[in-house]
Amino acid sequence: MIRKTEVEETLKRIQSHKGVIGTMVVNAEGIPIRTTLDNSTTVQYAGLLHQLTIKAKSTIRDIDPQNDLTFLRIRSKKHEIMVAPDKEYLLIVIQNPCE
Amino acid sequence: MPLKAPRKQSVSMGRGARKRDEDSGTEVGEGADEWTQSKATVRPPDQLDLTDAELKEEFTRILTANNPHAPQNIVRYSFKEGTYKPIGFVNQLAVHFSQVGNLIPKDSDEGRRQHYRDEMVAGPQESARVVLSDAGNLDEDEEPKEPAIEAESQIDMAIAEVAEKVAEEELMTHKQPKDRKLTNQFNFSDRASQTLNHPLRDRECQMEPPPRTNFSATANQWEIYDAYVEELKKQEKIKEKEKTKTPVAKKTGKLAMRKLTSMESQSDDITKVSQAAKIVERMVNQNTYDDVAQDFKYYEDAADEYRDQEGTLLPLWKFQNDKAKRLAVTALCWNSKYNDLFAVGHGSYDFMKQSRGMLLLYSLKNPSFPEYIFSSDSGIMCLDIHVDHPYLVVVGHYDGNVAVYNLKKPHSQPSFRSSAKSGKHTDPVWQVKWQKDDMDHNLNFFSVSSDGRIVSWTLVKSELVHTDVIKLKVEGSTTEVSEGLELHTVGCGTAFDFHKEIDYMFLVGTEEGKIYKVKQHRPHQLLIGPLGPEHLGSLNQFLDTYDAHNMAVDAVTWNPYHTKVFMSCSSDWTVKIWDHTIKTPMFIYDLNSAVGDVSWAPYSSTVFAAVTTDGKAHVFDLAINKYEAICNQPVVAKKKNKITHVQFNPIYPIIIVGDDRGHITCLKLSPNLRKMPKEKKGQEVQKGPAVEITKLDKLLNLVREVKTKT
Repeated sequence: MIRKTEVEETLKRIQSHKGVIGTMVVNAEGIPIRTTLDNSTTVQYAGLLHQLTIKAKSTIRDIDPQNDLTFLRIRSKKHEIMVAPDKEYLLIVIQNPCE
Repeated sequence: MPLKAPRKQSVSMGRGARKRDEDSGTEVGEGADEWTQSKATVRPPDQLDLTDAELKEEFTRILTANNPHAPQNIVRYSFKEGTYKPIGFVNQLAVHFSQVGNLIPKDSDEGRRQHYRDEMVAGPQESARVVLSDAGNLDEDEEPKEPAIEAESQIDMAIAEVAEKVAEEELMTHKQPKDRKLTNQFNFSDRASQTLNHPLRDRECQMEPPPRTNFSATANQWEIYDAYVEELKKQEKIKEKEKTKTPVAKKTGKLAMRKLTSMESQSDDITKVSQAAKIVERMVNQNTYDDVAQDFKYYEDAADEYRDQEGTLLPLWKFQNDKAKRLAVTALCWNSKYNDLFAVGHGSYDFMKQSRGMLLLYSLKNPSFPEYIFSSDSGIMCLDIHVDHPYLVVVGHYDGNVAVYNLKKPHSQPSFRSSAKSGKHTDPVWQVKWQKDDMDHNLNFFSVSSDGRIVSWTLVKSELVHTDVIKLKVEGSTTEVSEGLELHTVGCGTAFDFHKEIDYMFLVGTEEGKIYKVKQHRPHQLLIGPLGPEHLGSLNQFLDTYDAHNMAVDAVTWNPYHTKVFMSCSSDWTVKIWDHTIKTPMFIYDLNSAVGDVSWAPYSSTVFAAVTTDGKAHVFDLAINKYEAICNQPVVAKKKNKITHVQFNPIYPIIIVGDDRGHITCLKLSPNLRKMPKEKKGQEVQKGPAVEITKLDKLLNLVREVKTKT
């Protein structure tokens, strides 16, 4: 029984972790449910990453249907975008790895 | 044969009767033949007697074409003369049958006209109706009876015609050639009438168009696979439901279902992200502590080559939690199945400051927050994780209670708890250890405490059942009190360890500094002694006693490879290694400070680590250096920070060290500390426990030789 508060706390911890710029939760259709960034950025990230995640998931599963995508990391010059897909939702975290 | 007798009567009547004669005669004649044949002539009494001459008289009969029904004397009133005059000639026509027909001769006018018309209208369908109305009457024989004069006149007129009288009335309806109306050929009259035309009204109804969404999907191989997997799951569920179809199960099932559904409806969608959130948290931590993770995996201190038998400990992660800040680390234990998971017990060693306790389980993958948190009222002093069931954690408290937590059920309360009734200890529980399941496959564990009792607890269904295994007695301390009672001073156990192979033999360390070797009757042999099972405790034997230390024994551990060797440490600053057959220790190490904990390395029989209250960690390798530590390193940053426990990870070359501030530090062992025996060229490297045993044996033999010499 996973209580709502535990998940909320986890998300809070992630948000307050060192280097984390923003977090957002996106539903299966690409609509953001919860976010810590401003609206326009959120919508942009949500739309683009949603498609990318679907593509990545499809790739993995096409190769082996018993396999599944656990998470996706995109490292760029400025920061790192981490996407963890779930059955219905997508959790996106943008972090500055501070090297 | 003509009958004469009956004829006589008819002859006397007039001409009119002749008809009757004929009629009756024929009738009688036919019948009479039968009569005459069967019977003889009988003469009726009133028959006329005629003479022969009269009898031979000839009569003649004549057939005429006269209508017998026609009147013979028709009179007509003549206005000229003013009298009735008889008509000389009467119509003798007798119509027997007449029928009105609709046939017209082809050649007649009408016939020809019709024929012409038909030809004309052969293409376009022309309906030329020939309607005949029957105006003719049926002339019957009864007519003359009617005194109707008009009818007679009609009949007169029709005399000249043929017997079959056809009276026609033609009605020709000229219609337009294109219309052909099938009408009754005999009797048709076109009659039209006008009905009321109802006013027309438009009536409409409009709906909102049904909501539409675009749906698109791709039929990938994995989508098909998913569909099949779901089908399988559904079928399995149905099978399971069918199997467990008892009413009790149904009830609980329903309740569970209700609970589930209510929870689901209550809980927000956010709980479904929990798994993803966990993964992301780990990812984020990995990013932050990226260098640490890299070190953990790959870093091998190159300087070790130059250091010549000395090694270092590389600090990796630090684990701490706000809630456990003031509490000391009182117990550490790695999980046997999940090698990155370890349990930390928090409590306090301070007798005066006793407060609550905490049990935290951390994963190396997430150093910032524990995976599981449990809190308790009393400080936790020891813990153990079951080898076969890595979700069961047993915990011993300062108040003497023991509790078992089930990690699978995330309740904050332990699933089993001892209490004053169920035989809890009266003093703090210093060590708990899981043992093998008993005969009934019930889990069981042992606990040792300062009250001198070693208790075996069994988890029976939902209860903890305790059995006192042994009571520690201080030897030679039985004092006789005046009444003759023997007062046994109870020894206080502080540590114990079961033998790796002989699981009914174990060592107990006490506060007095003694170590007892105890052999216990196998718990699954239910021996009921003459005085009942309680007195079983007395059957447990003290095999041996070692005068180990001058102060309390903090830890006792058997060597993981060598079955004879064990090690003990104490607050008297020493670490001692023993062979259990010999009463004096093999090796003694003085570490200049009270030793909190010792632990053998899982990968070698000669490596062990010890931690002291001055914040240092010492790592020894007997194969390299029998007298000194090969690594001697302060581990905790601040002084006055006492290290309380140390544990090696079973797989990775790391150790965790807990201190009394509630921090846990993870350190990596440098390669020098993990040295395996060098293989000579050409020889195979032998690996396995046997090698370790022989290695240690060699060392021990050396020592023994030395001892025997001295």
